[in-house]
Amino acid sequence: MKSAILRLNKLFENRVRLGIMSVLIVNDSYDFNNLKETLGVTDGNLASHLKALEENNLIRVNKQFIGRKPNTSYSITDTGASLFRDHIKALEDLIKSQ
Amino acid sequence: MEKRSDYYDDIKTIKKIMEESSRFLSLSGLSGLFAGLSAVAGGLVAHFSILKYKSLFINESLTNLSEKDFAPIKIQLIADAAIVLIFALAISFYFSYRSSQRRGHKIWSPVSQRFLLSLLIPLVTGAFFILVLFLEKQWQLIVPSMLIFYGLALISAGKFTYSEVFYLGLAEILTGFCAAVFQGPTVLFWIIGFGFLHIGYGLFMYRKYEG
Repeated sequence: MKSAILRLNKLFENRVRLGIMSVLIVNDSYDFNNLKETLGVTDGNLASHLKALEENNLIRVNKQFIGRKPNTSYSITDTGASLFRDHIKALEDLIKSQ
Repeated sequence: MEKRSDYYDDIKTIKKIMEESSRFLSLSGLSGLFAGLSAVAGGLVAHFSILKYKSLFINESLTNLSEKDFAPIKIQLIADAAIVLIFALAISFYFSYRSSQRRGHKIWSPVSQRFLLSLLIPLVTGAFFILVLFLEKQWQLIVPSMLIFYGLALISAGKFTYSEVFYLGLAEILTGFCAAVFQGPTVLFWIIGFGFLHIGYGLFMYRKYEG
């Protein structure tokens, strides 16, 4: 088994990404504005991290209309969920081992 | 290279966000306490003032009444229960609002919506069922149904708030079943279920999370 440090995923090093994944792993889907509010970050910052996670196929984007307003919501992919769980496990192992 | 404390902070942040984004945590123990006290007061009013000390044998004493004597008692009992309900709802809303302000959370969020929906589906189902019981004059089943449906509502909503709500739900269902089996002291079971259980739960939660 690889050492816990090597099992940490570089994609989740950033705090905003960590936050996005934490929300999406316990919620079926979450929309942009509620994510922004929960994490307390700016539009641009959140959008760029969402983009990065989407490009790595860790989250999925669902665009739809609620009435006439466009609404963008996000959900976690199976890959994303499993990689994020590995990351949490690695963090826990690191804390325990030291 | 990250240090141990960074890993620890990461885990703490993850846990906190997971919890806050999936559970409605603005319920205050004080809501339970005051809702319970108002239920006890309502039960005592029913026993002493409306049923004139006969609440321990509510079935026997009510079935002997003529329709004409029963009608005002019925209305007074409904009014009594409605006042308790309105007061309990208002006080819960007030403390939840205050708690969400303090935490800096919005009270109308995806979590609170899910919480309310999972609470209201069993509750509204119960309300309609009790309306049918009322129209069919099945008085003896009304209080047990209130307790059982309320318990189911708490169990359903328990997934989206403090996990202790689930156990309060189980206790309400158990009280409801007892009320259905022992049909004499209905008002007493009402006071236990809506009064004492809420007071106990409220004090426990207040000391655990807010004290």
